[in-house]
Amino acid sequence: MNRSLTRRLTGVAVIGLAAATFAACSAPSSSSGSSTSGSVNAASAKSAADFGGMDALVAAAKKEGKLNVIALPPNWANYGEIISGFESKYGIKITSDQPDGSSADEISTAQRLKGQSTAPDVFDLGTAVAMANTSMFAPYEVSTWSDIPAERKDANGVWVNDYAGYMSVGYDSSKVPAPTSMADLLKPAFKGKVALNGDPTQAGAAFAGVQMVSLAEGGTAGDIAKGVDFFKQLKAAGNFLPVDPTEATITSGQTPVVFDWAYNNAPISKQLTSWKVWIPDNAVLASYYIQAINKDAPHPAAARLWEEYLYSTEGQNLFLKGAAFPVEYDAMKSAGTLDATAAAALPAVTGTPVVPSQSDNDQATAYLKANWAKAIG
Amino acid sequence: MADAPRGRALGGLRPSGALLGVVPFFAYTTVFLLIPTLVVVIGAFVGTGGFTLDNVTGLFSAGSAYVTALEQSIVLSAVTALIGALVGAVLAYAVSTAKPGGVVKRFVTSLSGVLAQFGGVALAFAFLATFGGVGYMTKVLNDLGVSTGSGLWIYEWNKGLMLVYLYFQIPLMLIVFLPAVEGLRPQWREATETLGGTTWTYWRRVAGPILFPPFVGATLLLFTNAFSAYATAKAIVTQGAPLVPLQIDGALTSEVLLGQANVGRAMAMTMVVVVAVVMVIYAWVDRRASRWLAR
Repeated sequence: MNRSLTRRLTGVAVIGLAAATFAACSAPSSSSGSSTSGSVNAASAKSAADFGGMDALVAAAKKEGKLNVIALPPNWANYGEIISGFESKYGIKITSDQPDGSSADEISTAQRLKGQSTAPDVFDLGTAVAMANTSMFAPYEVSTWSDIPAERKDANGVWVNDYAGYMSVGYDSSKVPAPTSMADLLKPAFKGKVALNGDPTQAGAAFAGVQMVSLAEGGTAGDIAKGVDFFKQLKAAGNFLPVDPTEATITSGQTPVVFDWAYNNAPISKQLTSWKVWIPDNAVLASYYIQAINKDAPHPAAARLWEEYLYSTEGQNLFLKGAAFPVEYDAMKSAGTLDATAAAALPAVTGTPVVPSQSDNDQATAYLKANWAKAIG
Repeated sequence: MADAPRGRALGGLRPSGALLGVVPFFAYTTVFLLIPTLVVVIGAFVGTGGFTLDNVTGLFSAGSAYVTALEQSIVLSAVTALIGALVGAVLAYAVSTAKPGGVVKRFVTSLSGVLAQFGGVALAFAFLATFGGVGYMTKVLNDLGVSTGSGLWIYEWNKGLMLVYLYFQIPLMLIVFLPAVEGLRPQWREATETLGGTTWTYWRRVAGPILFPPFVGATLLLFTNAFSAYATAKAIVTQGAPLVPLQIDGALTSEVLLGQANVGRAMAMTMVVVVAVVMVIYAWVDRRASRWLAR
């Protein structure tokens, strides 16, 4: 009974997100670059057709034999399985650099290693960093381009959203009672137990965590004063744990309550069965990550094949399996190619998902810069 | 002395093997000191539209988190340098009185050599595993009925971080101060006593003045050692960036606040200024002490 209710609510929320996704959706523009005749320049290819079809792209990528990815933690949105899936499918060796790096690290590494064979080929970036660095990206449209909603991609193929996540609270049910409201987290049972995934003035996930609390406390994604105030109270109550949570700190019991993306929290249940994921009512914050190709990629064909893999049914279902919401969710659902088991396992939510706009983020950033250190100092 | 007039006669710009010998030194300092300093100082004054003072003035605007971090960095460095210097000096004296070449002395000096370099993530892990929320000592103390306040103190810059810093400051002091203490000759003490001086007279009039300049020098070394420490603090403190090196880290790697690299350089420049002030104080103390000793 309870379970079926949970499932239905999940379905409602997913449809809600889909509705938000499709709002203002016009016909997907698919203006692929002119196909070159004769020799193929992989670095300027704008679609698989420029190579002469998928088979030619695969052949060109296999010839390069290598791919450099950066800042992809194996337990983040199931990237570990995606990387090994790509390697075994195409026999291309992936070098995964700085798995715990930030989006800013991805860009600075690409600039530092420009022209070298170890430079990153592809990026997976937070929106703010991606929008500030579009001049570093090579435009490319994957073969499933039309399955991606128009507002989730750049019209010229410079960048494209890959997956979204809900901000969530993970908690160890063997150590703390199940929270049902933000106020619960201020209670003595949570003393020294509540952690945020990073410093919100530095890490995108922590930033979204404060935005989510703001929504739960009656604020908005842009006006986050109430969110910051909540963490101030949490600190005053002695409940705020200033530890950067990882899989290791969670499984060892150091961080029994963690604010993080659902796709980071949910997979931990596999190792720690008492680990539960909670998304507060009417505080559903969703945020997309952005996929782009480094225009100076040392392995341009492999980079393009990686994009094709991520947006294939296989790649998108692997994101879904990692509790991330893949950008082609709706198209795959209507085509019947969605992994139903994984879709049903997405965390339950009630309320309409909020996707913060750029101006929301700018406003929240300015407020955090001035007030965060004071609130928790 | 005899060579001096000949050198003058040949002129100052003769090609010399001696000059060639220092080329690696100057090349090294250029690459690892001069160029980074220039990058920092120039970058601190560059904005989107060329030259600007905004990077620096922005740091010191009213209610700036950076000013707090700078104050906290200085307090942390000064407190751990003073405590480290006092405890380390006493230990160094104790070790110097042990039998030369004996087991105690060799053990303590080699242990200090290791501990003085024990920092960063490894040290942070050791402390978290011992005193963190689920640390071993926290559990033992809780089982004994002693509350340690959920173990959160270890993450505070003015509690846990001070303790952790002292863990490498004290051994470092022992190592750098030991040669000075060992320079004290037993004959000086005997001479003092022969002339009717007490132990107090000896420390006040003989050993104290001799040890004062190296003591101040070592204390200032400890100050800069703590002031520039980054990895240990980074591994323990996640929230709020309470120290300057952590603020710089935030300015360079933040994925939320973008385009702050030159603000980070401005922060680094203020660190250079603080260290320069420390060096000037040291030079002043050293000159006063040596003038006094010469008399």
